[in-house]
Amino acid sequence: MLDFIVLFLTVGIPLSSALLLASLGESVNQRSGIFNLGCEGVMSMGAFVGMMIPYAVGGSGKVAWYVNLSGLVAAALAGALLGLLFGVVVIRFGAPQGIAGIGLQLFGTGLAGSLYRHFIGGAEGVAGINAIRIPLLSKIPILGDMLFSCNPMVYFSFIMVPVISLIMKKTPWGLRVRACGTMPRAADSMGIKVQRTRYEALAFGSAMAGLAGAYMSLCYAKLFTDTLIGGRGFIAVALVYFGQWSPVGIMGGALLFSLAQALQLAVQAYGFATFPYEFLVMTPYVLVIVVLIFASKRKHVGPASLGKPFNREMRV
Amino acid sequence: MKRFKLWYRCGVVLLSVLVALAIAAVILTVLGANVLDTFRVIFVYPFSSIKNISGVINIMIPLSLVGIGICIAYRSGIVNIGGEGQMIMGLTLALVVALNVGEMPRALAIPLVLLSGMIGGGVWGAIPGILKTRFQVSELLSTVMLNYIASQFYSYCLRVPMLDPSVAGGSGDPQTVRLSESLWLSRMNQLFPSLDKNMRFHSGILIAIVLALIVFLFMWKTPAGFKMRAAGASERAARYGGINVKNYVVLAILLSGACCGLAGTVEVLGVHHRGLGNVSGGYGFSGIVVALFGGLHPLGVLPAAFFFAVISYGCNSLQINKIPLPGNTIDVLMGLVILVIVSAQMIISNKYIMYRAERWVRAHLLRAGKERA
Repeated sequence: MLDFIVLFLTVGIPLSSALLLASLGESVNQRSGIFNLGCEGVMSMGAFVGMMIPYAVGGSGKVAWYVNLSGLVAAALAGALLGLLFGVVVIRFGAPQGIAGIGLQLFGTGLAGSLYRHFIGGAEGVAGINAIRIPLLSKIPILGDMLFSCNPMVYFSFIMVPVISLIMKKTPWGLRVRACGTMPRAADSMGIKVQRTRYEALAFGSAMAGLAGAYMSLCYAKLFTDTLIGGRGFIAVALVYFGQWSPVGIMGGALLFSLAQALQLAVQAYGFATFPYEFLVMTPYVLVIVVLIFASKRKHVGPASLGKPFNREMRV
Repeated sequence: MKRFKLWYRCGVVLLSVLVALAIAAVILTVLGANVLDTFRVIFVYPFSSIKNISGVINIMIPLSLVGIGICIAYRSGIVNIGGEGQMIMGLTLALVVALNVGEMPRALAIPLVLLSGMIGGGVWGAIPGILKTRFQVSELLSTVMLNYIASQFYSYCLRVPMLDPSVAGGSGDPQTVRLSESLWLSRMNQLFPSLDKNMRFHSGILIAIVLALIVFLFMWKTPAGFKMRAAGASERAARYGGINVKNYVVLAILLSGACCGLAGTVEVLGVHHRGLGNVSGGYGFSGIVVALFGGLHPLGVLPAAFFFAVISYGCNSLQINKIPLPGNTIDVLMGLVILVIVSAQMIISNKYIMYRAERWVRAHLLRAGKERA
């Protein structure tokens, strides 16, 4: 039983990182009032770009470290760029964000898949970023294997939870972002450039989504496929609602979802072959719906102007 | 002023098409394809023979059915991106009926199967409607989750209860047995023997045209349709006018799901003649593009579906025309088109931009014209 639980957690925690990064990013742009349903597409592009650079350059030892790092940076930049493209459509032109998001999702996943086929082709892997064992802590029995010998990006994603919390609550930029999402007209009258702030928040959120994608290709799977992201972008958007736009809540949601997924994998691995695995695969999705039902009961938590375009000349 | 408005709209549409083509050209160049050749295959090759046109129309049928469904939902204020799941659940129920229908006259069996497809899709569509109206769960999220659940459920059904015994235990993809021939939708050249024998598209196109007419009449000429559109146009005003907005929103996405379920069923009865994996083939998402491109009007959906079927068929034929582009180029184009259309719509409806454009045109172009004259 114990090794079952250990297996379940060692699988579950790394699974949660991509969701956590993307979801934290999404929460920032939702706080500014932009609903980015195209997170999936941004993650796909991040996954491709993040893997492309280490694949093309290669290198070993110290060099590989820098190359991988530049892959992550490039993924974040690619994400931010896609976010700005989306921003032109939904912020500048004020297009309906749900539909434009579907467009971004198709565009991003399609482009990542096409570029991958063109530049890389078959199922090529990369060395990627490996897990590191933290010197002393990883010696602790059981816990050491579970918590202190993870991939550096896993630590990074969990460190981002308090960091995002601080940014949103304590820095002027975070306050501006939240003002734009709650009452853009009031923010505007206080001299905040609403559209500009929304662009910044969207670029930041999409850069996080790009990093999440790069985590999947560079750290988790160490390869790229069309189905690598496999709906994680949509789950990440759902988790923002689940976590009620609070970083800690989002972390709880990401862990819950990934642990449900890990449980499902562990149950599959441990036999029960007669039980149809499709029903296990669908449990996390059912869980998200059930959780959304309860999460949505409490209202007036989210950004009041989420999804509403702002324009100074607009009549009230 | 009026005349300028027309010119302005046409200008914006033309400009957005050019922008989309230009971005597509850049991407195609990066992907290492000859831009002109690629555009020729995508836009011209599908018309090169009757066989190709038939292929296009076969793609157009499910696209237009899904697109009509998306229109109903969108007009009523709920965005349905669960078309994929609703197609799958519809065709699952339809397969259950079709595999157990036994000996029944064709005129009775086919409507029965189509109806069960609509029921399956409709029930699956009603779930996000109820979740939205009763629990305030955004339909954008619940429909996506329901898509995954439906596709898992379908692959279970294919793998276990409906599996064709002859492929059981083999390594092939799971599929059901072939449906009895009396359930197939006849091809156009069987229905009308005078047509060219290469007109191989199936009679689902008639279903699509009839459905478009019915939905148009329902949405624009009946009280229920008016109430649904009112609920979508302005929820508060509709509620003030005594319309039970919640019920009509659920009804709208239920009907929308029924259309998608019908699309899945027609695809199985007309093209595949059996249940196999990946029948829905992304139609649920491209149906959204079709609906938007068709101006969210059921009669506009038909030409829009034809246009996208041409692009889709063209993209699928890239390989046989020796153009080294992967199949997901279609997704890139679709996504690009969505982004460009929604932007263009906003620019067209923005009076301020139009006013400025008009002033600019009058100041620069018209005066210049007069001086030259």
